[in-house]
Amino acid sequence: MKAQLTSLLGWVDERFPLTSSWKAHLSEYYAPKNFNFWYFFGSLALLVLVLQIVTGIFLTMHYKPDAALNASGVPVAFASVEYIMRDVPWGWMIRYMHSTGASAFFLVVYLHMFRGLLYGSYRKPRELIWLFGMFIFLMLMAEAFFGYLLPWGQMSFWGAQVIVNLFSAIPLIGPDLSLWLRGDFVVGDATLNRFFAFHVIAVPLVLVGLVAAHILALHEVGSNNPDGIEIKKKKDANGIPLDGIPFHPYYTVKDIVGVVVFLMVFSVIMFFMPEFGGYFLEYNNFFPADPLVTPPHIAPVWYFTPYYSMLRAVTVNFFWIDAKFWGVVAMGGGVVILLFLPWLDRSPVKSIRYKGPIFKGAVAIFVACFFILGYLGMLAPTPMRTLVSQICTLLYFAFFLLMPIYSQLDKCKPEPERVTGK
Amino acid sequence: MALDDKVDCGRRRLIVATATVGGVAGLAAAVPFVASMLPSERARSAGAPVEVDISKLAPGQMMTVEWRGKPVWVINRTKEMLDSLKKTDDKVSDPQSGKHMQPEYCKNETRSIKPEILVAVGICTHLGCSPTEKFKTGAESGIEADWPGGFFCPCHGSTFDLAGRVYKGKPAPDNLEIPAHKYLGDTKIVIGIGQDGKEA
Repeated sequence: MKAQLTSLLGWVDERFPLTSSWKAHLSEYYAPKNFNFWYFFGSLALLVLVLQIVTGIFLTMHYKPDAALNASGVPVAFASVEYIMRDVPWGWMIRYMHSTGASAFFLVVYLHMFRGLLYGSYRKPRELIWLFGMFIFLMLMAEAFFGYLLPWGQMSFWGAQVIVNLFSAIPLIGPDLSLWLRGDFVVGDATLNRFFAFHVIAVPLVLVGLVAAHILALHEVGSNNPDGIEIKKKKDANGIPLDGIPFHPYYTVKDIVGVVVFLMVFSVIMFFMPEFGGYFLEYNNFFPADPLVTPPHIAPVWYFTPYYSMLRAVTVNFFWIDAKFWGVVAMGGGVVILLFLPWLDRSPVKSIRYKGPIFKGAVAIFVACFFILGYLGMLAPTPMRTLVSQICTLLYFAFFLLMPIYSQLDKCKPEPERVTGK
Repeated sequence: MALDDKVDCGRRRLIVATATVGGVAGLAAAVPFVASMLPSERARSAGAPVEVDISKLAPGQMMTVEWRGKPVWVINRTKEMLDSLKKTDDKVSDPQSGKHMQPEYCKNETRSIKPEILVAVGICTHLGCSPTEKFKTGAESGIEADWPGGFFCPCHGSTFDLAGRVYKGKPAPDNLEIPAHKYLGDTKIVIGIGQDGKEA
């Protein structure tokens, strides 16, 4: 039996790079031995992606993207989500997995990005990994935005209305562009149908392709580590990095620990608090979409609120163009500026462990601003809150734009020769 | 071997020409897909005019009707409400309605055909939320102590006066849109056809 299996493997290997791929990406992919807690979130993001795709497939078996009213006067799309929740066997669980998964996705991706920021994982030669990762982040935002319209609740409707109207702020082509995106003069059935198409096929395809590119680029140059030094500089006689260990079994086993802990937390939320106090599923979205009435308080889901705050922070007109457009620029710029991080950081060292007090202080301010903006984005605007969000928006951009200066001025410690830790 | 050794220029030109023509064809093939996302003929023809009966609209009251999927407000303004417009003249960003947000016959102090009856599209010119009415004046409105009555957009905090004129320093760039409308009688308005007979 064993001999037969071996010969079968040989037969496959002559026709497909099975064993060699296994070795290149798992059993002989040497990762630094000093990975810590922060390195769980990459594999967790992959896990959540799979979770979202699988639960999504099963949701599409029952969901109907139709804005028309049914016999009882409820939009068909809204009613089909209620149907999944009440009548489809286990439908409630699959739906809650999907909705909790959306928030979990952003949580692990934000932590994964922060890890990169801490340890300089975006620095040469990993710029492309960072760029692919940022495109994944952008696609993820698009995916979440399109998906949020599908339940066709009040928040779905007005959230989409606000975001599509963002495009109308672009001078000259704006109004036609948002008309084209909506496919109607208001957010309606045409919009719902196309958002469904984007959400279930177009964006996921791009997302999976980008994830593949992200991992291939990583495996080409090798992983960074908390010390921010290249393990490939010190190799043994066989050309294996002295501080490297095979990804499988060492990190597959370590990641399983992360998966177990993650699934425990995930399950508690999914089973006992799927709405998460209105942060994961907003209460206003339990009302069917009504194009005539905006809910008294509308706010995006938590993962968009920092950027939403930036949008609201801009209240003055520059040149001859309205504040509305500049708000959109601030919001888009807040995301796009992350793309340039590899070229903004001019520090001689990669990891925050060896960076000086200026950089550490800057990161602390940046994180504080991100949280404050996120918090304010959930609240109704007042003059005081607008002022605070204006200050935080300025600091957010200053963190990036001044980085070429302060990262050079900073007093860094020398990097070690080999990775540290036991 | 250098790439530019022995280049067959004739073939190279042919390759460039073929690739160019092929590229143009590829771009042209994208047109139907992009155009398919524009509003369909059905969506375009759905915007028929709407008739509104305002005989039961008491002074100080407001009603909302749907026109082209958008909320349109009809407000019967009282004398005090109309007087408040003089006070807001220097607080709003476009007091003379200079920007083209209303038909010519509504380009006046009250932004309406009959002074008391305001017809406005209830969609904030910022990002398309529907503002809420804040007709209560003063601190009771929850906005500011000398609030003269108007509208408040819950999304980004833009405020409008009782003629739909936007306050200065707010995210909304323009006054609320006044749709084309005309009177069929004393108490009947049709929205979507203008006083000048033009369709909106």
